[in-house]
Amino acid sequence: MSAASSGERLVLGADEMRRTLARVAHEIIERNQGPDDLLLVGICTRGVPLAARIQKAIEGFEGVAVPLGQLDVTLYRDDLLAGGARELHRTVFPEIDITQTHVVLVDDVLYTGRTARAALDALMDYGRPRSIGLAVLVDRGHRELPIRPDHVGKNVPTSQEDEIVVRVTEVDGKDEVIIKQGDVGALRGGAQ
Amino acid sequence: MAAEQPNPGPELAGAGLWKHRRSVLDLDDFTREEIEAALETADRMKAVLGRPVHKVPALNGRTMVNLFYEASTRTRISFELAAKSLGADVVNVAASGSSVEKGETLLDTVRTLHSLGADILVLRHADAGAPHLVARETGISVVNAGDGSHAHPTQALLDAYTMRERFGHVAGLKIVIVGDIAHSRVARSNAWGLTKLGAQVVFCGPPTMLPPSCFTAPGGSPWPVSAEESLDRAITNAHVVMPLRIQWERQDGSPISSLREYARDYGITNERLCRATPDVVVMHPGPMNEGVEISAEVAHGLRSLIADQVTNGVAVRMAVLYLLAASNAEEAHSDRNTRSHPALEVAHASSS
Repeated sequence: MSAASSGERLVLGADEMRRTLARVAHEIIERNQGPDDLLLVGICTRGVPLAARIQKAIEGFEGVAVPLGQLDVTLYRDDLLAGGARELHRTVFPEIDITQTHVVLVDDVLYTGRTARAALDALMDYGRPRSIGLAVLVDRGHRELPIRPDHVGKNVPTSQEDEIVVRVTEVDGKDEVIIKQGDVGALRGGAQ
Repeated sequence: MAAEQPNPGPELAGAGLWKHRRSVLDLDDFTREEIEAALETADRMKAVLGRPVHKVPALNGRTMVNLFYEASTRTRISFELAAKSLGADVVNVAASGSSVEKGETLLDTVRTLHSLGADILVLRHADAGAPHLVARETGISVVNAGDGSHAHPTQALLDAYTMRERFGHVAGLKIVIVGDIAHSRVARSNAWGLTKLGAQVVFCGPPTMLPPSCFTAPGGSPWPVSAEESLDRAITNAHVVMPLRIQWERQDGSPISSLREYARDYGITNERLCRATPDVVVMHPGPMNEGVEISAEVAHGLRSLIADQVTNGVAVRMAVLYLLAASNAEEAHSDRNTRSHPALEVAHASSS
């Protein structure tokens, strides 16, 4: 994994990330025809701060703080026992009736679609929302399941050897999305 | 109105994982971090149990076998509910009614269960060290559900979890375990677990129940626990008092002259608890003999966490099963693949 052989390229800087999330927030409101009955659910780990920022953006131009939750999908993954151990994070929902809400799941990267599949199953065990949408900061392609996002911050064409790294201030100390171009066979895909 | 603000940050550092742990035999070979990982994971599992749908598919396709050579209600059912809540399949084997009655050895029984597809074996046995033997001689993941007077690690974990839930921490607590220490696997595993978490542990009982061997770890090093013959002295400033049942089935002679005398000197009553801290709680691993080691008022009173212990046992055992399965993930995967294709091995063997 020498840095010389695998180039790093900036996909989104902090300012672009802010503008992108603002656009996604607008799209969510437009599609939902307002902020009513919305529930934003960030998928652990980095979907959680992204969902919080979308919430803040919506509050900025609609004056309404839509409810916010966080969902850990680890116990629902189909690769849980094949890909090694994963830590469990807290799942938190606001005390509202989920069955009356339009849920928008928020994640950092959409890749194979397996995380989104796990999130759908997990969410269903908490209740039956009126609808579930999916918003992602980066769609890097290579779907393995029939999953499509409703809101995409940026489409980034990748090869499967590339790695997409999303950093957010709340977890990593800064905002950026970079692509690490991997040698063929050297790297095993990016953040999920 | 969020009960708790979504926040992924700080807990990233807190929760850990078990690395390359194959079995849970006792807490003596656990690090403090491994114990804390189990308690943290149990928190997540307790949240699962609190949902309308209290089941997740994490261990789908795995099989856990309960192999019990000694009577048990709560421990066996607790493991069974834990495994089912994680989506695993459960098989219960009692020694009576199985091939054990036909003279099959423990190891052969376990090898048979392994060949039948068991991934995790939960074993209770009257002989100390039986789970260690099984873990060493077979490839299966073993969880010790009590071996003789030796160890009961999941009970100790659920005790620590229950204390942490009540006090917010275990470090700095004074915990008094009272009674038949000599025959108590609960006392021994708790001594390991609680002292590793930074608590002060005091064993209390008549000298016949506190032999010197209670205070020496294997290898001769002294245990980080102290002994106190007087209950009133031991209980002073205690945060947790844990009376134990007298294990008549494991005694050679009688350790006490009369039950009445024992209840008078060592029975936990509300009056005795006055010397403890104001927020003292009482725990008991069960089964209880009310009126002997604990009065009925205490057992069912406001200071009792006995019902919480039982409830928390399921969440803690879910955590243990999850962490074990996850820590053995890749190995178990390849193991299963080779086991499911015996014909291939035969073909290889005959072509070479």
